[in-house]
Amino acid sequence: MDSLPLELQIERDRIEKIAADYGLDFFKTIFEMVDYDQMSQLAAYGGFPTRYPHWNFGMQYEQLSKGYEYGLSKIYEMVINTDPCYAYLMKGNELVDQKLVMAHVFGHCDFFKNNKWFEPTDRKMMDTMANHATRIRRYMDRYGYDVVENFIDRCLSIENLIDRYSPYVKRATKEERRQEKERVENIRNDRFYMQEYMEGGADVRGIDPAAQEERASQAPNFPIRPERDVLLFLINYAQLENWQQDILSIIRDESYYFSPQGMTKIMNEGWASYWHSKLMTEKIMHDCDIITFADKHAGTMAMSPNGFNPYKVGIELFRDIEERWNKGRFGREWEELDNFEEKNRWDKHVGLGRKKIFEVRRDYNDVTFIDEFLTEDFCVRNKMFVYNFNKRTGQFELDTRNFKAIKQQLLFQLTNHGQPIIDVVNGNHNNRGELLLKHLHEGVDMQPNYMEETLKNVAYIWGRPVNIHTKMDDKESIFRWDGKEFSEEKLEEDKPNDKQ
Amino acid sequence: MSVKQDHGRFKDIVKGKIKENFKKYITQGEMIGKREKEYVKIPVPQIEIPRFKYGPKDSGGVGQGDGQPGEAVDGDGQGDQKAGDKPGEHELEVDVTFDELADILGEQLGLPNIQPRGFKETPTEKYKVKGMAPVGPDSLRHFKASYKEALKRSIMSNTYDPDDPVIVPIRKDYRYRSVRKMPSPESNAVVIYMMDVSGSMGGEQKEIVRLESFWINTWLKKHYKGLQTRFIIHDAAAREVDEQTFFSTSESGGTLISSAYNLCKQIIDEEYPVSEWNIYPFHFSDGDNWSTDDTRYCMEILKKHILPKSNMFGYGQVESKYGSGQFYKDLEKEFPEDEIMTLSQIANRDAIIQSIKDFLGKGK
Repeated sequence: MDSLPLELQIERDRIEKIAADYGLDFFKTIFEMVDYDQMSQLAAYGGFPTRYPHWNFGMQYEQLSKGYEYGLSKIYEMVINTDPCYAYLMKGNELVDQKLVMAHVFGHCDFFKNNKWFEPTDRKMMDTMANHATRIRRYMDRYGYDVVENFIDRCLSIENLIDRYSPYVKRATKEERRQEKERVENIRNDRFYMQEYMEGGADVRGIDPAAQEERASQAPNFPIRPERDVLLFLINYAQLENWQQDILSIIRDESYYFSPQGMTKIMNEGWASYWHSKLMTEKIMHDCDIITFADKHAGTMAMSPNGFNPYKVGIELFRDIEERWNKGRFGREWEELDNFEEKNRWDKHVGLGRKKIFEVRRDYNDVTFIDEFLTEDFCVRNKMFVYNFNKRTGQFELDTRNFKAIKQQLLFQLTNHGQPIIDVVNGNHNNRGELLLKHLHEGVDMQPNYMEETLKNVAYIWGRPVNIHTKMDDKESIFRWDGKEFSEEKLEEDKPNDKQ
Repeated sequence: MSVKQDHGRFKDIVKGKIKENFKKYITQGEMIGKREKEYVKIPVPQIEIPRFKYGPKDSGGVGQGDGQPGEAVDGDGQGDQKAGDKPGEHELEVDVTFDELADILGEQLGLPNIQPRGFKETPTEKYKVKGMAPVGPDSLRHFKASYKEALKRSIMSNTYDPDDPVIVPIRKDYRYRSVRKMPSPESNAVVIYMMDVSGSMGGEQKEIVRLESFWINTWLKKHYKGLQTRFIIHDAAAREVDEQTFFSTSESGGTLISSAYNLCKQIIDEEYPVSEWNIYPFHFSDGDNWSTDDTRYCMEILKKHILPKSNMFGYGQVESKYGSGQFYKDLEKEFPEDEIMTLSQIANRDAIIQSIKDFLGKGK
């Protein structure tokens, strides 16, 4: 890795100044020059040169470097959400490309710093990652490479089982919790399960089964409420060695760190593209750069029939919002307007566009962004459609151009990163210390073979049999892996399952 | 930062050296993937760590572009990828031309280039553009190179004016594409594929033959521009068929290998004079022959008629539940260390690579 050559250093300073003049606000940004092999390596490690060893990164590297060698894909840039912000430029790219990329990078940096969803992320992640790697290497030295790697394999299998919204929930402070505890302790009469003994009425031996059952049903559930942060639950309650617990928490930390990037993919890329386009065309470029710029920009924005290009949708939505708020196309009066002609002419010259997009970049994530700003008009203009798999013909087919369907499909894809939502509902299922997970079925079944394999990994970590409550082909079932066998228990439709 | 260890480890898993239990997660795909015009898609191996995820077929998606409801959508994902996030979930497919594919194959397997045999008899020459020369016909004048020379001269002689950048070339600035005569081994080759389609050859065995013949063709095509292929299937009798039929026919009869060899000999004798053609017969079978008499007859045909005319004779034995594999042993005994006769046993799909090495590693 090298620092910028003088020529680029001059451009960098110029672009930084231009970007700041437009109101972008970013951490100090450090650019490094890397060759394609280093770039592939960096990208494989998610941008962090010092991550823990795992073959998974080797695989990413293989794909990225092969992709580059065969001329299939090329990485222009990488930006890391840290303070200071690190950005990598590819050596040997044309000067115009580098300028474009730098403008793009400042867009990302501004987003990282100002978007609310990035607020809880660890900005010293460069160090944290290195620290994680050191710990894992130490465990490898002590317990053996294969043992630790195998355990990481299992952890990675469930790394997505986190509660993406939990970092944004404000918890009670320590002081508040202490006060609450004191208050409760002073009362000391809330131990309902002790009452019958304290009051002298109970004889454990002669207790009748009905009463026993009733008492069992009163026993507090564990966990009290369904826990979406499955990893946290496992860290706290699974039968793990200390080192295993530590590795699982490392995987969880990294998962949470990357989570906002998944939550804001469209916005983040859209925002960076909006700014590279604006800065380049208005200030940065010289006349002779225009062809190369247009070519590269168009390549990035290219749409393909069954591919959803977040760059394209993101930039178009930001531009759309800017135009709408510039012309005052919002609010009740606008919404209620039915006349097509009038709508086309509508321009109140309110000029709020720039202000609005800065607000949007601060407050929204992809789900809320699409939910609020995707309009029918926009879908038509951008030729959006929903495609589905046709079982009869065995291929994906264009299904509909209906606005509601498009929006619904998009929101579904974006919610929880397009992954099934899984909760821990019982850590003592059937009173046998088994784990019961529940899949919140939203109309799409899980892939059975993947589910089975993943369940095995959860069971390994939990240390006891694991069950998952889900729906397959419209039938509610609990699937169970007991360490040896896989079994399915079909649930009656109307019967309440478990005690949930 | 060192990706070497992790990369090596990944490769070891793919090769099955470590973590046997990961085999099921590897999506190797077919080695030939889809064939679209002159492009081939090679899937790059990928290990997918199992996760809770939605079934792929149940979930559609949102796309952009033209089209009517009901129309099929195809294409693979996004335009130029920029980074800043994790790579996509899709299996990576690489588009390469057949020529590139052959190069990759040759490089990966360390295959020697083929020395064509019939090359002396059909000497052909080709003109190739190679380098620049200061003299030549106007039609081959290279504008850019000439301009560069002129520009260099005018800067050196200090007559260049950036405000009025007119460059006037003089005689000695001109550069011409220089053409050289190159001897080109434009010799012809024919590959004659023979396959046992008797009952003991199942679908998987044929698939292996199909994959293998694809790679053999790709490699030979790189070396012979006018490559022809002929296909012979046989059980107790042999007949010539087209490619489609070759890979889809299944008969239930017995096996007389000599029938195929006879037909092969006949085709060579009638249509492919040795002086002009490089001949590559390949025979795939599960190693069962009806009688030892017939086997003896086969050896005779091979020795007298086919081997002397061929650059190489490849015998690939595909393992099947029913085959005895005797024919391989017979050939091995009859032709130990033979220059022309090349034997290979193919146990399963994974052994195809090794088998290609066996066949093409001789550089014949």
